[in-house]
Amino acid sequence: MGGRDATMVLLDENGIRCDGRKVDETRRIMIKAGGLKNADGSAYIEFGDNKILVGVFGPRDVHPKHMSNTDTGILRVRYHMEPFSVGERKNPAPSRREIEISKVIKEALEPAVMLEKFPRTAVDVFIEVLQADGGTRCAALTAASVALADAGIPMRDMVAAVAAGKVADTVILDVNNEEDQAGQADMPIGYMPSLDKITLLQLDGVLTPEEYKKCVDVGVKGCKVVYELQKKALKDKYFGNGGD
Amino acid sequence: MDNKRKYVIPGDVVTTGPFRPEQNVILEGEKIISTTIGISEIYEDSVRVIPLTGKYIPKINDLVIGKVISHTSLSWELDINSCYVGFLPAQDVFGRDFSAHADELSSKLKTGDLVAARIANFDRTRDPLVTISDRDLGAIDSGDLVKISPSKVPRLIGKRGSMIQMIEMATNAAVTIGQNGWVVVSCETPEGLLKAKKAIEMINAKAHVANLTDQVKEMLEIKDDES
Repeated sequence: MGGRDATMVLLDENGIRCDGRKVDETRRIMIKAGGLKNADGSAYIEFGDNKILVGVFGPRDVHPKHMSNTDTGILRVRYHMEPFSVGERKNPAPSRREIEISKVIKEALEPAVMLEKFPRTAVDVFIEVLQADGGTRCAALTAASVALADAGIPMRDMVAAVAAGKVADTVILDVNNEEDQAGQADMPIGYMPSLDKITLLQLDGVLTPEEYKKCVDVGVKGCKVVYELQKKALKDKYFGNGGD
Repeated sequence: MDNKRKYVIPGDVVTTGPFRPEQNVILEGEKIISTTIGISEIYEDSVRVIPLTGKYIPKINDLVIGKVISHTSLSWELDINSCYVGFLPAQDVFGRDFSAHADELSSKLKTGDLVAARIANFDRTRDPLVTISDRDLGAIDSGDLVKISPSKVPRLIGKRGSMIQMIEMATNAAVTIGQNGWVVVSCETPEGLLKAKKAIEMINAKAHVANLTDQVKEMLEIKDDES
């Protein structure tokens, strides 16, 4: 992992992390469904200091035509970071990392989206990271799932995502940028709460088998918290305050 | 009655038990899960979710309003506000004795024309086949096109057509509703046309409101007193 900052205490003796959170606490999360007029569905998420906007189009015609599949629809995801989303200006051209995250998010959404209902069409998901602070792929996946639901695309379940990790030999929930840079492990998890299935699981770092199990458990618990917020965002938009 | 209608989002369990999954629900083991945002309805033996959002997916026998995009020497293509284009074969208009070199397709329907059509066949492997050879179908030569969300069409029609009947009675307008969310309004008086369009747009904007019928009635009747 990256270089260590000797002056920063990632976890103090009271179990409080560098940004004042407890070990099993997520950052402040705000999700809003809708907001973009021209997209078929959209969502905005603030996940700690991450700010991400997602627009969804489709199902619609596939261009170029040769990409279309006669058996099923296709899902296309573009994850993109704005030049101003990080400290030093980021080149707006898609980087190796962005291409990978696009692919990973696409594959995490595919089990949920019922693409087989729309053969020969495409569903396009555009993710713009306005501000990044560690854990953007999880926040982006969470928002993309809300945007897909907002677009009315049939889904077996929502996908909620959050990262678990290991910092100062302790398993923690929702890894922020500092913990990601200086910590020992980072494990983003995407999870379908009603079906109880994991759709995304990556791991950067080294864990013992026990720690690995604990990380997954902590992550899945975190996803359930995120799921409640996704639910609230959609109910707020569609059912107003009367939603029960 | 209380647990009969429920607001659901994708992944919500609507109910468990021996029900037939009908619209926008899937059976996952014992559980019946909603696949879209909407209102769930449980009947005696079946469950369905009425969607609140989403694109129009063609269904056989749906009446739709289409716009002619282009034509070949054998068929027209209609934009039916869906992810698929409507396919209207020339035989449907010219009859069995249609011949590609004797009949000119643009003499009947030109690009940009509005058409009331019915989905004759659709199985997702090919584009939906539409027909205009039926009563009340065919080219629409007068009226204004209003586009609403396809998921709000049932709301515009109302229970057994109550909502749309009310609008037609109050404004004297003739309203053709396509299941694809395109609505053609025609009226002899410009005031009636304007009023009917306003009412339809109001339903589109406030489809989720509970006492919408009363609100629409209020809006229509206030103007009725003036005229």
